[in-house]
Amino acid sequence: MIKAIINFVIYPGLLFTGGIGLFLTWIDRKVTARIQWRVGPPIYQPYADFIKLLLKETFVPKGASKVAFLLAPFLGLIGVNVVSTMLFLMNFHPDLSFVGDIIVIIYLLALPPLSVIIGGASARNPLSSVGASREMTLFFGYELPFLIAVAIAVIKTGSLKIGEIIIHQKLYGPLLYSFSGVIAGLVFLIVTQAKLTFVPFDIPEAEQEIMAGPYLEYSGVALAIFKLTRAMLFFVLPVFLITILWGGMASPWSIVKFLVIVVLIVLIKNTNPRLRIDQALKFFWIGLGILSLIGLILALVGL
Amino acid sequence: MGIKLWGLKKSPWVFHVAAAPCNNCDIEILDALTPRFDVERFGILLVGSPRHADALLVTGILNRKNLPRVLRVYEQTPKPCLVIAVGTCACHPNIFSVSYNVTGPYDKHLPVHVYIPGCPPKPETIIAGVVKALKNL
Repeated sequence: MIKAIINFVIYPGLLFTGGIGLFLTWIDRKVTARIQWRVGPPIYQPYADFIKLLLKETFVPKGASKVAFLLAPFLGLIGVNVVSTMLFLMNFHPDLSFVGDIIVIIYLLALPPLSVIIGGASARNPLSSVGASREMTLFFGYELPFLIAVAIAVIKTGSLKIGEIIIHQKLYGPLLYSFSGVIAGLVFLIVTQAKLTFVPFDIPEAEQEIMAGPYLEYSGVALAIFKLTRAMLFFVLPVFLITILWGGMASPWSIVKFLVIVVLIVLIKNTNPRLRIDQALKFFWIGLGILSLIGLILALVGL
Repeated sequence: MGIKLWGLKKSPWVFHVAAAPCNNCDIEILDALTPRFDVERFGILLVGSPRHADALLVTGILNRKNLPRVLRVYEQTPKPCLVIAVGTCACHPNIFSVSYNVTGPYDKHLPVHVYIPGCPPKPETIIAGVVKALKNL
């Protein structure tokens, strides 16, 4: 019991994932700054932002649903926290995994967008509602290719247990080094971009159009929790990619792989313009959908 | 120095309140936020909502029409928050002070923390003023 609480709160749960996630947002901001030929923020910047937001006043707008508005950020945080704990424990102790844990993780990863939708819709602000509806549309867009990309890994290894997927990769080499694995990795990377709402897909919070979208009315602690959830997601999604497609997190090489994926995400973020919501949906359903189906067929054939 | 003050000093997010300016100061503020001057070194970010802001950059002359709006934006900002008056107009109404419509300078209605004079002030001046204000918190 105490071990489970330590797992959830300290390592590899809230404190560990949150600390590394905030550090990753610093990497994101620093790389962005270097691309724009400037110095960028100091290393403690995300922590200073987080502490400042925690200690500021929290407003609930007049007429907003108080319970939904204040509980929504924690819903997303709980989802990411459980996912990070499960993924890390299963990477280092594959025997802890159970049948269908990959499905549990997929559903828990749907909680952060759900929390954003609930929070944005309960804020009673027209721009927040627009942001929430865009988040919903985007969510329906990227979930199809994401599920097919995960299904490719499941078909190639023939198992619904993350522990067995990792062991299979240890025996026969990572899934990424095959045709269907490359397609799954590519699709997963682009979906990661959308799940983090980074630039080509930052449609829900488009700064220049709807200010901050669903986060518009949030301040203080609630906003800090949303920022923390985003930072933790930035850590958890690349870990999930490495776990199911690139050989697991247990070897020291996985840190290099992890940094490669993070820098790739930041580079995509910095070299692309924002899409419209209809363009994004078309891209996910037609472009990535067909690509991931080709990958699925290749996986079924055995390539 | 408390951790609250440290956080506020190291990451002041600014919201730009343009209250009837001639746009000169606003152009200079936008210039100060470009990569050339790189205010992210000090943790300064431009945010789109007063709910996220720690500092309000106010420009222009306060008049009967926009005074209630500016006060409302100030009320919507979570405290503690700084008010930074950018430009000569924001520091004092000057040649407009005898107008029937002008309701007086900002410090008559809001607690102003730093005045940055100039018509318009250069980006370097704005950054120096903000950094000085953060130092003296």
